[in-house]
Amino acid sequence: MEIVDILLSAAFWTAVLRIATPYVLGTLGELVCERAGVLNLGIEGIMTLGAMAGWMAVYQGGDLWTGVLVAAGCGALMGLLHAVLTVPLGLSQHVTGIGITLLGTSLSYYVYRLVLPQASTPPTIAPFQPLDLPGALAQTPLTYLALLLAGAVAYVLYRTPVGLAVRMVGENPAAAEAQGLSVTGVRIGAVMAGSALMALAGAFLTLSAFNAFFFNMVNGRGWICIALVVFASWRPGKALLGALLFAAFDAFQLRLQQIAGGVLPYQVFLMLPYLLSILALVLVARRASYPRALMIPYRKGER
Amino acid sequence: MLGQDFRYNAMAQSKSIVLRLSGITKRFGPLVANDAISLTLHEGEVLALLGENGAGKTTLMNILFGHYVADEGSVEAFGRPLPPGSPRAALEAGIGMVHQHFTLADNLSVLDNIAVGTEPLWRFWSDRGAARRRLLDLAERFGLGVRPDALVGELSVGERQRVEILKALYRDARILILDEPTAVLTPQESAGLFDTLRRLTADGLAVVFISHKMNEVFAASDTVAVLRGGRLVATRRTVETDREELAELMVGRALKPPTPALMTAGEPVLELSNVTVASGHSRPLLDAVDLTVRRHQIVGIAGVSGNGQTALADLISGLIHPDSGTLSLKGETVGHADPAAMVRRGVARIPEDRHAAGLVGAMAVWENLIAERYHDPAFQRFGVIRRGAARAHAREVIEAFDVRCPGPDARTQLLSGGNMQKLILGRTLAHGPDLILASQPTRGLDVGAVSYVHGRLLEARAAGAGVLVISEDLDEILALADAIAVIHHGRLTPALPHDRVSVRQLGLLMAGHWDVLPEILNAA
Repeated sequence: MEIVDILLSAAFWTAVLRIATPYVLGTLGELVCERAGVLNLGIEGIMTLGAMAGWMAVYQGGDLWTGVLVAAGCGALMGLLHAVLTVPLGLSQHVTGIGITLLGTSLSYYVYRLVLPQASTPPTIAPFQPLDLPGALAQTPLTYLALLLAGAVAYVLYRTPVGLAVRMVGENPAAAEAQGLSVTGVRIGAVMAGSALMALAGAFLTLSAFNAFFFNMVNGRGWICIALVVFASWRPGKALLGALLFAAFDAFQLRLQQIAGGVLPYQVFLMLPYLLSILALVLVARRASYPRALMIPYRKGER
Repeated sequence: MLGQDFRYNAMAQSKSIVLRLSGITKRFGPLVANDAISLTLHEGEVLALLGENGAGKTTLMNILFGHYVADEGSVEAFGRPLPPGSPRAALEAGIGMVHQHFTLADNLSVLDNIAVGTEPLWRFWSDRGAARRRLLDLAERFGLGVRPDALVGELSVGERQRVEILKALYRDARILILDEPTAVLTPQESAGLFDTLRRLTADGLAVVFISHKMNEVFAASDTVAVLRGGRLVATRRTVETDREELAELMVGRALKPPTPALMTAGEPVLELSNVTVASGHSRPLLDAVDLTVRRHQIVGIAGVSGNGQTALADLISGLIHPDSGTLSLKGETVGHADPAAMVRRGVARIPEDRHAAGLVGAMAVWENLIAERYHDPAFQRFGVIRRGAARAHAREVIEAFDVRCPGPDARTQLLSGGNMQKLILGRTLAHGPDLILASQPTRGLDVGAVSYVHGRLLEARAAGAGVLVISEDLDEILALADAIAVIHHGRLTPALPHDRVSVRQLGLLMAGHWDVLPEILNAA
């Protein structure tokens, strides 16, 4: 009965939306990259950089929205680096992505230490506050932005010429080329936009969920987003659903720990959302139709 | 040459020139793919670009369409020079191209595939309604029926080709380039395509179609340009030339196809009895197939690609197994034998895709040659490869099968398609197989290599092997097979004696009109 109580409480759903926000943003970002045919394993590092850059901008005196913009800009720049290496140069997307993750993560820590060499406890900022709305609706503006962006990404992908171009270069770049599109241009643009979204996911952590930046705070969220893209079959609507589902598992296990913490070691509960995600992935994603050109570099005029 | 061109131009002067290629040269490393080619195309004209594989036809058209940049020479469309290397510029100049391998995205709808890139990129909406109306209007006008919302992946090959043509027309193409358009079509679908081309030229479009099939040239073209080894060797009006002249121009010498000697078939080497292979979808991959191949016999399997040919080849290779029914070799029923066991039982294979399944490109010629029998004591001792013996064997095969390569240690991927196929033939035939499974044995080969492969298969038949040729090229089947069976949707017709069945009847069978079967069987 306690379980039902949990599911019915407004606090639970408030937590779900809050926990889901970085997953929604990160998954959308990865989805945009992959829809254009580029796997972006740099997501973990880009999220870390977004978290650091957004927080640092605010800490240095910028307002919160400036922080958001700075984070997005840094993400787009990392995306540009990834795109230049993987699209015109055609390097392995796996290796480059992992390199971007390592670079983004260590760069963030380096800059943080450079600016704050002495700090033993992370300094804090005044983060975004939840809007004054009832129940689960009382979220910070970034959560609403994430939900809006899910709709916006879906609209752009399915209803606008540029979205069609993105889908086409991810499915068959030769066909896009034959229709007069620049495969390189579209892919670079998509990876930059996607990476900006990933950085926003990171910025949410430091500007909304917490009020400080500390090491390892992204904590594998990026990798979850990559799995969520597969779970979502590369569809924005399902990505939103997947992120919410994962967040619900997470929020649920936190509460379950409090009820049944004495019986089982708490690590079992920590494991729960991941186990359930794998299960959901197995059930849902087996029939996923992935973008056909994903991870295949396109070289013009090659024979 | 110059006088000829002049005469030809004078005759076609009534129509304006829409396209002019001047002195196009393109090199790929040491290979000269196009050597100073000049061509003109007139309004309402169908120009056939005829030549063997590797003659430079596709390269020339890719330069025209901006996929490649020519090293020398220029292209002029409607009197204006065309900037090189830009498909967009070619599209804007009114040139549309239908590629041999369709450039369509399977996961997107027909309408998406056609509309992509036709609207300004940065707009907050996409006018699907107008796009749909325009598409249906064009489809109506030129008799090219399509369903705008169907996913391209669900369409038949003929339908996909219609989508490709509509894609060009949608962008107001006035010059249409078709690269080997009939390679994947049934004879009836080809006839439909030629009808479409006539409607297009009646509307003032000019068409270039690339082909290496003589009958198409005569069926559809006004003018024919022959390429050989990257050079333009002749331009003729189609009505003023004949097959013999074109064949000689194309090959550079008179070519005599090998003629199969009459032979009495011996005991069966392969028997499939009521074999069904399920697919997981509603329609099985193979549906109650009966087939017998005997010694001294070539059986041809005709059909449009994707009708179960791959499953049939995989079954006989031991890659998949029957869900019901039996497969017997030399009178012995075979259970779940893997490919290695099938090789031991005397099955030799020429795989459908020599790059993917035939050879390992990064490995040496000798390694590829022993890939099927490296466990044979001739090539290994105590689990260690006898490199000397393997290389000696490779040298023998290279010699016997005329494989042009630097030596046994050459990396296989550096060989030309024809030489790769000779290498596979060498591996297949070197050990005197009982059954030869040849899937698309001459796909992508030029006329010279084709006749070599055919000659070798006929020799193997004379030596007592049973040969099963699976091919989408009807001409190949007609040239080789003693008996022909047609595969459609996983079902196989009875084997029909090759001299009792016409091309028209085969075409109908390939399209699934099996009601003609009684007519053929009664006559036979």
